[in-house]
Formats: sequence, C-alpha cells, structure tokens
Amino acid sequence: MPIIDAVLDDFFWRALLGGLGVALVAGPLGCFVVWRRMAYFGDTLAHSALLGIALSFLISVPLNVGVIITCVVLAIALVLLSRSHTLATDTLLGILAHSALAIGLVTLSFMPDVRVDLTGLLFGDLLAMSRDDLLWIYGGALLILLLLMKLWRSLLMSTIHEELARVEGIPVERLRLVLMLMFSLVIAVAMKIVGVLLITALLIIPAATARRLARSPEHMTLLAVIFGFVAVGGGLTLSWNLDTPAGPSVVVTAFSVFLLIYGGARQTQT
Amino acid sequence: MTEPLVTLKQVTIAFDDRPVVDRVDLQVHRGDIITIIGPNGAGKTTLIKAVLGIQRVTQGSVKLTRNLTVGYVPQHLALESTLPLTVRRFMALSGRSDPECRAALEKTGVEHLIDASIHHLSGGEKQRLLLARALARKPDLLVLDEPAQGVDINGQAALYDLIRQLRDQLHCGVIMISHDLHLVMAATDKVICLNQHICCSGYPADISHDPAFIETFGQPVAESLAVYHHHHNHRHDLHGDVVSGVVTDDSHKECDHAHH
Repeated sequence: MPIIDAVLDDFFWRALLGGLGVALVAGPLGCFVVWRRMAYFGDTLAHSALLGIALSFLISVPLNVGVIITCVVLAIALVLLSRSHTLATDTLLGILAHSALAIGLVTLSFMPDVRVDLTGLLFGDLLAMSRDDLLWIYGGALLILLLLMKLWRSLLMSTIHEELARVEGIPVERLRLVLMLMFSLVIAVAMKIVGVLLITALLIIPAATARRLARSPEHMTLLAVIFGFVAVGGGLTLSWNLDTPAGPSVVVTAFSVFLLIYGGARQTQT
Repeated sequence: MTEPLVTLKQVTIAFDDRPVVDRVDLQVHRGDIITIIGPNGAGKTTLIKAVLGIQRVTQGSVKLTRNLTVGYVPQHLALESTLPLTVRRFMALSGRSDPECRAALEKTGVEHLIDASIHHLSGGEKQRLLLARALARKPDLLVLDEPAQGVDINGQAALYDLIRQLRDQLHCGVIMISHDLHLVMAATDKVICLNQHICCSGYPADISHDPAFIETFGQPVAESLAVYHHHHNHRHDLHGDVVSGVVTDDSHKECDHAHH
C-alpha cells in the first residue's frame, strides 16, 4: 500500500508511530511503577540498558535482545539481593543503577571500532527509528497489553495487598517476575526514542498526571496512555521543528501537561 | 468431634537459626475462636502466617483440610494514595459477585460506604471493610491479625462482638491475634499465650492463674484478668485497668469506667 509505505519511509512518521506505540504500554506499566513505588527500580533497569548495549556488541547479538536479557538478569539479581536485607533497597538500587551505567560506558570505550551514538542512546534520537524497530515496538506492545489484560485482576490485587493476594491464591512472586519482564521489554523498545536516562520519566509522569483526575485504576491507566500520547506527539513535533533532542523534548512536554493538570485542578478545588 | 480445619504439629520457624516460633502444636475446629496473645516479638504474626501458608516452616507440619477457604484480615490496609480505589472495586477484586459483596459489607455495617474512596475511610471503617472482604469469600477459617487496631474503645468491643456473631452465622473457625486482653478474654473460647513456644493455653479464667502466664505478663495483668471475670459483681475493674498498663490519668479512669 503506497500510503503506508510513504508514511514508513518518512523518519518523522516512523518516530511518531514508534513513540505512540511505546506510550500505549508505558501508560499502564507506568501506573504500576507509581502504585508499587518502583520509580527508582525502573531507573536502575533503564540504566542497565546501556550495559546491555555494550554486551550486545561484545557478543554480537541484536541490541534489543541484549538489552532485554541484561535488564531481566539485573531485575532478578535485585530481587534476590533486596531479600537479604544487608543494605537498604534504595542504597542497593543506587549502587546498581550507576554501576551498570558506568560499566556500560567503560565497556563501550574499550571498543573503538564500534561506532555508537552515545548521545542518541542516552537521550533518544528522532532519526534512529527503523522499520525493524517499529516491528519490535508493536510486537512488544501487543504482547504486553495481552498479558496485562489477562493478569489485570491478579496484578492489581497483589499491588494493593501482597499478603492478602497470596492468601487468596494469587501467585505473587511469579507476577512480580512477569511485571519485570514487561518493564525490560518496554525499556528495550523505548530506549531508541527517549534514551536510557529518560525512560522512567515517560513511565512516571503521565501516570502521575493521570492520578489527579482518575476515579478508578482502569481510568488512571487510560488517562496515562492519553497523556503519554500527548507527550510523545508534542515532544517529537518540538524536536522536529526546533531541532531539540527527542527524549528531553518528550519529557518536557509530559512535564508541562503535568503542571497544567495539577495547577488547573488545584484552582477548581479551592 | 469433626476433623480439625487446621492442625499444626511441632511447628518451628527459625530466622537465621534463631527460632521465632518454637515447637507449636495447634488445632482449630469449626466454631472455635482461638486467640493468640503474647509480648512483642513472640512470633504471633509469624505463626498465623504459617497457618495461612505464606510463611515457610523450618520444622514440623501445617495441615489444612481439603478445599479450605481462608478469610484473612491483615493488620492494616496500607494503601498507596496514588491508587484510586473505591470500596466497591476493592470488594469486587475478591472475584465474588456484587450481591455477595454487598451482603458482606452489610454484615460488617459499612454498606453505606460502598461508593466511598478507600483513602477516605477511618481506621475502624477500614478494619470492617477488610473483615467484609474476608467474609465475601465465605470462609471456613477466619484469620485476623490484631483486628481492632486503630479502632476506638467502643468500636473495639463491638468488633469483637461482631466476630463472635459471624462465627455463629458462618460456623467457621476463628484464629486471631490480639493485644486487647480484656476484650479478648471476654470474647474468646480459648487463649494461647505465645512466647516463641506456647507457654500456656486454655480458657481465660484458668490461664490467668497459670504460673507461666503470670511470668510472661506479670502479676498485675494476670490479676486484672482474674478481676475482669468478676467484674459484674465486683468493682475492682477500675483498679485492674490501671495496673494493666493502660496509661491514664484519673479523669480517664472514670471515663473508661463509665463505658462499661
């Protein structure tokens, strides 16, 4: 179909389509990040994505695969380490987040023949979205949305009260693992657009904005998706017209919407 | 006697080789109300978590009858304020039908709150909601961890009364942890005094004379319990209140007394 081809041939449209696909799953997953207080955890996973990229070059596997595997391994390591209670979780996350980022950067510097656009990886790149990336994004989004729909009640219940959920026979541990797999997948596919340093913002800010207006968990996820769409659409347009970096532009747009909603809601409340 | 709902045999739970629960035997039958009391760190919560199947035991066995439905009322519902949730939605997450959820809310007296946000409930209302949540599942066994926490004095007595009524209606077994010695002693069939191991168990009137109980809780508490059971004939309960460690000044004493 010529129209679709024309759209997919244009890098701006590819970036926009990709960004909207990411926002589609960042909305509901971002709500879980906010509800479960996993913001710092998400940050740590996102930072480890850079290590994943370095390792992918080292053992020559596709970038997405390397990133997903690294995130999953780190997520499992985090869960196991936090169980031992030797260090507070936030300390542990701080150590792992920055170490993973640093090890990734050092490893990349040892590979002079590998040419990577570091700024693009850290802050996102409007031009980097390929047709293959779009396939990854929409494939991943479909998988995540199906999983979320199937596990919704159990996920919600284990978020509200973990022990109550366990007594009622919900496999809480397995769900936590599934949630981490979904985070890893989102980080791997969102990396290209917003960059590893800003992925958590795309998860948290739309969800936090949605909380102000939401009446139920489902309503909140729906609003988070809409605010995510606005952030991606506005941010990429900004980036295209003013030649600003893609990731920061998306985050700035998301933040503006956040301020608008919270400022506006406060006025009507008082 | 019918088959017990729960049988614990020589259950030991150790964290880092330090036993938190030490060789506990316990049986709960339909119609029982068993209250676990004990000082802080006595392993009460750990023990009921073992009953609930969410705490692995180091030694011994926990046996539940087949197809046992357990209703659990946790210590509190610390809900993240970022999660918008109404009472109706919270009840629906139990997977039970709307009429079943409503009936349960009605039983615990909070049906009028069905459209309220959970974040706006008081401590007592939250406890009643958690109880309703457990009831909606039509439990064979009801497990409560300090159900009267955050509930005012009048509400506490009403809550323990309600638990007794529910036991009669559902003919379920009840096992609960409580610090409200007076109220519990009045409402309970059987008391287990836990201090890692079961230091004594039996009926309230008996264990208040038990040397092991007196050693754990001190003479004053034991006396106050003994006094409590005579409190309809005697007027010593005021004195009992004071020595049981309820920190009050004189005016409060009178106030407490007036509620009886």
